[in-house]
Amino acid sequence: MVAHDHGDEDHQHGSELSETQLRVRALETVLSEKGYIDPAALDAIVDYYETKVGPRNGAKVVAKAWGDPAFREALLADATTAVGTLGHVSRVGDHLVAVENTPKRHNMVVCTLCSCYPWEILGLPPVWYKSAPYRSRAVKDPRGVLADFGVKLPIDIEIRVWDSTAETRFLVLPIRPAGTDGWSEEQLAELVTRDCMIGTGLPKNPSESR
Amino acid sequence: MDGVHDMGGMDGFGKIEVEKNEPVFHASWEGRVLAMQRSMAYARAWNIDHSRFAQEQLPPITYLSASYYQRWVLAIEKNIVARDFASAEELKAGHATTPGKMLRRKLTVSV
Repeated sequence: MVAHDHGDEDHQHGSELSETQLRVRALETVLSEKGYIDPAALDAIVDYYETKVGPRNGAKVVAKAWGDPAFREALLADATTAVGTLGHVSRVGDHLVAVENTPKRHNMVVCTLCSCYPWEILGLPPVWYKSAPYRSRAVKDPRGVLADFGVKLPIDIEIRVWDSTAETRFLVLPIRPAGTDGWSEEQLAELVTRDCMIGTGLPKNPSESR
Repeated sequence: MDGVHDMGGMDGFGKIEVEKNEPVFHASWEGRVLAMQRSMAYARAWNIDHSRFAQEQLPPITYLSASYYQRWVLAIEKNIVARDFASAEELKAGHATTPGKMLRRKLTVSV
């Protein structure tokens, strides 16, 4: 919707929102009256995504892979099963694939078609992940995208971009930061950001965390 | 399906805008929409491919101008009407005028 001036924009934005709100309320009322949905179950689902699931789950997975070589191997061999052993089970039945960064290769994840993302370990994707600029550019100009995120990698590091689908989603396993010998998994998890598990960021510097 | 949703490699969409401290939902209706979609998926009313297909059939101008969860609303409405779970008139009025169909299972708090 194109606004003619700033005041008009505010007005239109407001009315557009309330139109959607009314439409969603109508939808919920009809589905509830038909007996298809339970509004209390809807409350529980919203609460689950707002408070129970999020990048902290993924950070624990990454930290465990950094600290436990057997888990790292299991994660890279079959991430669905490996994260399942930690209690993170996908509710949409897709496969999870962990892709490991190395000194020669950096991995980055996108869903060019929509918004596929490993919800069970990262929570819901941020708006930028679902946006047209990211979806269009990630596969064509990954270095430019990384620069937008403030990440500059040496030119001899290959960047591999993984395009998610409804069946297969990806988790980036970043390189364990140097200077973290002897750290516990809890301490390591503090270094793991959401973006470094998507591949648009790097783990925090150990000196920032301590 | 070849359409505007197939964005990989397209030019001209501009810079990626990152929102700091982004909330999980930007308005309460977004959470309701996600939860309704999950409930209907649990009931096996339709599957994820039907949801995606419904979005991909939206006119390009609608697809590009709607927000993410607005697209979900449109897709849910489309699947509800196409599969006779409710009529377009009922959705417009905001009230059911006939009883619902039997579901294979229903998502409740105890599930």
